[in-house]
Amino acid sequence: MAEANQDEDPRGPEWWASEDFWRKCAIFVTAGMAFVLVVLTYHTHTVILAGAEAGRVPAYSVINHRIGYAFDDDRNMMVPVIGPLAPLFGEELTEDEARALVDHGKLTVQGRNCMNCHTLLGNGAYYAPDLTKAWLDPGWGNEEARELLMTLFLKDPVANARTYGTNRRMPNQELTDEEVRAVIAYLKWMSAIDTNGFPSGFTVLPQGSLSTGSES
Amino acid sequence: MTAGRVDYASLSAGQRLAVKYFVVAMALFLAQMLFGLLAAWQFLDPDFLFGIVDFNVNRMVHINAMVVWLLYGFIGSIFWLVEDESGVPLVGQRIANLTFWVLTVAVTVVVVVYLVVQSGPGDKWTLWFINEGREYIEAPRWADIGIVLCMAAIFYNVAGTFVAGKWSGISGVLVLDLIALAGLYLAGMFYTTNLPLDQYWWWWVIHLWVEATWEVLVGCIMAWGLMKTLATPRRIVTTWLYIEVALMFGSGILGLGHHYFWIGTPEYWLGVGGFFSALEPVPLVAMVVHSVYDAGRHSFRSNNHPALAWLIAHAFGNFLGAGVWGFMQTLPQINLYTHGTQWSSSHGHLAFFGAYVTIIVAFIYIALQKLRGDVWMSADLRGGWRWKWSLGLLHVGMVGMSIALLIAGYEQSFVERAVGGSTWQAYFDGQTQPWFVEAMWWRMGFGVVMTGGLVLLLVDLLRIGAGETRSSKSLAR
Repeated sequence: MAEANQDEDPRGPEWWASEDFWRKCAIFVTAGMAFVLVVLTYHTHTVILAGAEAGRVPAYSVINHRIGYAFDDDRNMMVPVIGPLAPLFGEELTEDEARALVDHGKLTVQGRNCMNCHTLLGNGAYYAPDLTKAWLDPGWGNEEARELLMTLFLKDPVANARTYGTNRRMPNQELTDEEVRAVIAYLKWMSAIDTNGFPSGFTVLPQGSLSTGSES
Repeated sequence: MTAGRVDYASLSAGQRLAVKYFVVAMALFLAQMLFGLLAAWQFLDPDFLFGIVDFNVNRMVHINAMVVWLLYGFIGSIFWLVEDESGVPLVGQRIANLTFWVLTVAVTVVVVVYLVVQSGPGDKWTLWFINEGREYIEAPRWADIGIVLCMAAIFYNVAGTFVAGKWSGISGVLVLDLIALAGLYLAGMFYTTNLPLDQYWWWWVIHLWVEATWEVLVGCIMAWGLMKTLATPRRIVTTWLYIEVALMFGSGILGLGHHYFWIGTPEYWLGVGGFFSALEPVPLVAMVVHSVYDAGRHSFRSNNHPALAWLIAHAFGNFLGAGVWGFMQTLPQINLYTHGTQWSSSHGHLAFFGAYVTIIVAFIYIALQKLRGDVWMSADLRGGWRWKWSLGLLHVGMVGMSIALLIAGYEQSFVERAVGGSTWQAYFDGQTQPWFVEAMWWRMGFGVVMTGGLVLLLVDLLRIGAGETRSSKSLAR
């Protein structure tokens, strides 16, 4: 073949340039990396279950507690702090009830396609603020006003627009009362996830003490 | 066959099918661009279509149209080359045609529901029939299942054809990659309350598609394309393909970790993700070396200038958009501030265009040459200004848009993240800063330039080779 003559060295390629060597490399590298990924996935799974001992992803009943976000010297990053009891809407829930409420909130956030304007844990679209620490945002004024302001905003985000000088309003999502409560519960739970210090330098709204039980 | 005339009948079954896929792909490309323009305009005038077609709907259609048209482009390319590569006619032609129509009707229904129904109550029904609400894979569950069934049918056609004919290095990699690509989609097809767990598997689909299996898939398409347009010897493209698979999967599989920095996953992902994703540009550099070498080795003697130009655009676009733009923000120390800003958007735009749009357009030019009866597509092509101008406008538009978004992202990382600490106040401070606002105007302007380029490209795809009587240039020496 004419094309073969011009490019092929008659002695054939060196071993390191041969098809065979690189085919084997491709197979072994892919298999090796996939194996490591499977092992890491298994481990990650065990530590990110809600309420797992590692404490990275809190149990859903964390919404019964006050949540903070503070710098941790040992880890050199900001971490969530779980404070004393401060039940959402003044109603303490069991783990199952809390899970059902957070679940409804997550389904609502998916069903209303929130992620194509907002980011959740920094993932999504960039047209509206990140929701990772929305529960702790100083924009709600203080702890006492927060639940009411969040409820009013979510019920009618056009009339209660928070545009901060832009003209960007959130469209009314026609949320039911139950959906509003569920979304707020979901956001409160989300704020307690340990995200390795993301976002950094965040200022939490004014709220009560975070020290729990005997210490206080 | 007569050069210059559309000669649909002379195409093989797989090639005729490929043409259908390419037609839908280009229609969706136009739709992607138009919805992108609407979303870009809403940044400048938030009241525009407010409450009618809100940003989230435009943005969803924008990114979903992209994912689907790129897949259509890949499937079309595979159907185009499968018979040539295997040496036998396509297996299961009736199923292949049926699959095309089922998939296309399903895609249409999904898009109509996105636009008309838009969203639903917070329950599983919405996830199954309206919108799953997870970026990029918003398609409701019924459509997910349909997509998997269609992919299984397409896999049967492709793998079955290679089984019936002969195997090669390219087809071996292609078939194994298709299994991985289809299998990974399953990772996105479940619901969980646990957001970190949700995003963990969500990234398996997104990352392991676009930063691993799609890259290998276009490696296969590129290998075949180089043999056709430059007559590069098979041994060279196959060896390079294996090198790319080793480097791509070697860096990209664990590079997945760069999405696991901030979603609640353990701290070791900062190290694993940072290290391996920093290596991800290596295979892309190798691709550039490979293309430059091949093009030089053959003194640019090509029988298809538009295709070769787009293949070169692919090599550099992939390296710059996916490689350099990704590398800029892949280390966790930087990503802490850039994650979820317009910086990501800049990278996303340039990477998808450079890595995937370019190769599909190149492939469509290869197909068109055949469709027009092996027409001349080298120097002094009739109406050759069209492909050059459309290539130029699309690139100027895309690069301009990416730079504008990068400036916006840089400002956002600084004002919102580093200084403001990511509160809502800080977010809006970033959004109203003049650098950001001006960047959004520039992005809009370059988006219009790009749309002009696309319209010209579509005209060229319909017209190229028409009235040309010379047959394609022989690559034999």
